[in-house]
Amino acid sequence: MNGIIGKKLGMTRVFNEDGTAVPVTVIEAGPCVVTQVKTVESDGYEAVQLGFERMRRKTANKPYQGHFAKHKLAPRRKLTEFRVENPTDYKVGQEILVDIFEEGDVVDVTANSKGRGFQGVVKRHGFSVGRKTHGNRNHRRPGSIGQSATPARVWKGRKLPGRMGNSRVTVRHLDVVTVDVEKNLLLVRGAIPGGTNGFVLVRKPDVRK
Amino acid sequence: MNEKVREIELLSERTDAPEFAIGDTIRVDVRIREGGKERTQAFEGTVLARRGSGVNETFIMRRVSQGIGVERIFPLRSPNVQKIRVTRRGKARRAKLFYLRKRTGKSAKTKARGIS
Repeated sequence: MNGIIGKKLGMTRVFNEDGTAVPVTVIEAGPCVVTQVKTVESDGYEAVQLGFERMRRKTANKPYQGHFAKHKLAPRRKLTEFRVENPTDYKVGQEILVDIFEEGDVVDVTANSKGRGFQGVVKRHGFSVGRKTHGNRNHRRPGSIGQSATPARVWKGRKLPGRMGNSRVTVRHLDVVTVDVEKNLLLVRGAIPGGTNGFVLVRKPDVRK
Repeated sequence: MNEKVREIELLSERTDAPEFAIGDTIRVDVRIREGGKERTQAFEGTVLARRGSGVNETFIMRRVSQGIGVERIFPLRSPNVQKIRVTRRGKARRAKLFYLRKRTGKSAKTKARGIS
């Protein structure tokens, strides 16, 4: 298996033996359960669908319940597909644990970033701010957004104020500091997107790239 | 804080360190690595401040060495801080004793408290 679903629990620091402090994010990774196996014959592509975190059966709607009931599984809150080359090696109902990773591995972590709401150009795109004093009236404005009669319009992709955050963000190549299979915990060096208790996907880096 | 994060932090908790307060004079054995070799160096001085909590707790120590004031900040839970011993209890009426930096001689010392 090349990935697992988890939940961000928060950050702390751990000390190395040589005394250096390592900032880590604690992720509750798994246990996940295989909920569906997709093959070229059945779906046109190869993937394994994993489910994470049990939920009350009542809170799931009927079609969602049915997806699990087909294999007599309890419903899971989060479903994600992982592309694998050999999906037939996996069976529905099989458990996937953090032991797919080990200390020293490098992983990619994907999650939804925190929503920042409607933000100006300074915070959203890192524009520089104008002078606050000396008669300056341009403080946090975007400045010119284009030319004149040609092109007589604003180019697509112009960086302007707007909704910031709450988008899918991947942080690549994070070091795995600790793997605790018993407690289903994964300690990853550095920060990861999203808030505490948010779902995250931890994956082995895609080597095809 | 999440309960499971707290458990991880408890792993690095110091159980060997004595209670020490601001104003105390303490001696710290610091592990130093230089040129691939490891040795222990002692640093003795007055505790000026403690800040942070849990894994993030640090303390500031000050001593006057050969007429020059030397201050060092140690993370309380760093494994490089091998041993802490209290050599003298001092009385402090402030939480941060930064005023000692401007003092010299007798007034740069904290008054003794209790039996050391």
